[in-house]
Amino acid sequence: MAKHVVARASEIPPGHRKIVSVRGREIGIFNLGGEFFALFNRCPHQGAALCTGEIVSRLESTIPGDYRLSRPGEMLRCPWHCWEFDIRTGQSWCEPNSVHARTFPVTTEPLAAETVDVTIAERYVVVIL
Amino acid sequence: MTLQHGAIDCDIHPTVPSVRDLLPHLEPYWREHILRRGLERDNFDISAYPSGSPLTSRPDWRGAGGLAATNLASIQAQLLDPFRPSAAICNVLHGAQMMMSEDLSLALCRGINNWLIAEFLDRDPRLRASITVPIHSAELAAEEVERLAGDQRFVQVLLLAMAEVPLGRRQMWPLYRVAEKYGLPIGIHAGSSFRHPPSAGGWGSLYLEDYVSFAQGFAGALNSLLAEGVFQKFPDLKVVLIESGVTWMPASMWRIDKTWRGVRSEVPWLAQLPTEIIRDRVRMTLQPFDAPPDVAAVTRVLEQLGSDDMLLFSTDYPHWQFDGMDALPDGLPPALIQKILFDNPRATYPRLAALHPVGETTS
Ligand code: FES
Repeated sequence: MAKHVVARASEIPPGHRKIVSVRGREIGIFNLGGEFFALFNRCPHQGAALCTGEIVSRLESTIPGDYRLSRPGEMLRCPWHCWEFDIRTGQSWCEPNSVHARTFPVTTEPLAAETVDVTIAERYVVVIL
Repeated sequence: MTLQHGAIDCDIHPTVPSVRDLLPHLEPYWREHILRRGLERDNFDISAYPSGSPLTSRPDWRGAGGLAATNLASIQAQLLDPFRPSAAICNVLHGAQMMMSEDLSLALCRGINNWLIAEFLDRDPRLRASITVPIHSAELAAEEVERLAGDQRFVQVLLLAMAEVPLGRRQMWPLYRVAEKYGLPIGIHAGSSFRHPPSAGGWGSLYLEDYVSFAQGFAGALNSLLAEGVFQKFPDLKVVLIESGVTWMPASMWRIDKTWRGVRSEVPWLAQLPTEIIRDRVRMTLQPFDAPPDVAAVTRVLEQLGSDDMLLFSTDYPHWQFDGMDALPDGLPPALIQKILFDNPRATYPRLAALHPVGETTS
């Protein structure tokens, strides 16, 4: 497992994403309120570019007429058949026990090499793969 | 395949011989109303089962006027004595359920329920019945359920698959609330009040297309109950699909599961695979069973249903679904037959739970 620097943290503001390529694999980097998450850009259903899908919230209800919105902006909806995935865990909403989008560990780290050139130290998004 | 004795027959059809026969069972106001309008001369046969259609009655069961199952003696001679069920549930199919006037509909349904009590339930302890209700008024239907729920011989509430509105709609909920309260499953019988064509594409020309399209009517009714959240709103309510043909169900299950995965957020109360809800809460009577009489095909369909709990034995007497004593479709595995004949009906109908199959001691 190696670390790969994929973006400046400031390039992906909260609520946004960036699709990067690491060792030939496309990976979506998502910023949820300052925390970064990485998902393989391939839907476990039939292989659509999952990370290009809409970022949505969880709509929940126990009985008709009772509506709740939870986890705003923390779900990803596949552009092909609209299966929903939890951006934090990759878990599918409909079949949480059997269907997962692949996730990767991701951190943000300051990098020494850059601090030489810039006056304000910047953080970088690093995917471990 | 012939039958063991003591089965629970979940669908038989006593026939109201004529509206005249209901007159003694009506409230005086409605008796007068019907006589003044001359309605007693009409039989209110329902178009889904015209009395002359070969399917409506087995030829050897038809009586003098061409109708079958019009009195207790013929039901005893043709069904109860030869097949020896421990119980049989009477579902009356009649235009009373769908009159344009909701009040007249209730009055006639009441008359039918009173007629059932006097002519059948009081005279043979093997008989049970569904409560006949006006299907276009959940409020009046609930009233009739309240009136009769104390009589334990009524074990279910009877609706038709296709009515003025899809069965899951909220205007139907007062009926489901009361049915759940009394532990009465909602029995949905094949048929339509013909406010809309049985085929969603328009009115067909022939009985064949209507009858075959009834299976789609069931799929529509079930999809409505699922999508509207009836099973979440009424967590103890069970639904029995009566005379549905059975084998359309696996394809319908696949289709709703597949579509649900994509549009789940529209129906957030459906928080598990619709098929799991169906397997848990929906039951189907056995006759007619739309499959070739071949073990491999039947086995495949049963695997696709994915549950041993869903099928309930029925003869569909006097409808013509089989000849002689062959009430069970060929190809059913023996272990499942036991469940279909006794265990599943007892588990589905709380009011039949205490029935003892033959061989066990009865209290
Ligand atoms: S490919 Fe993603 S839902 Fe089908």
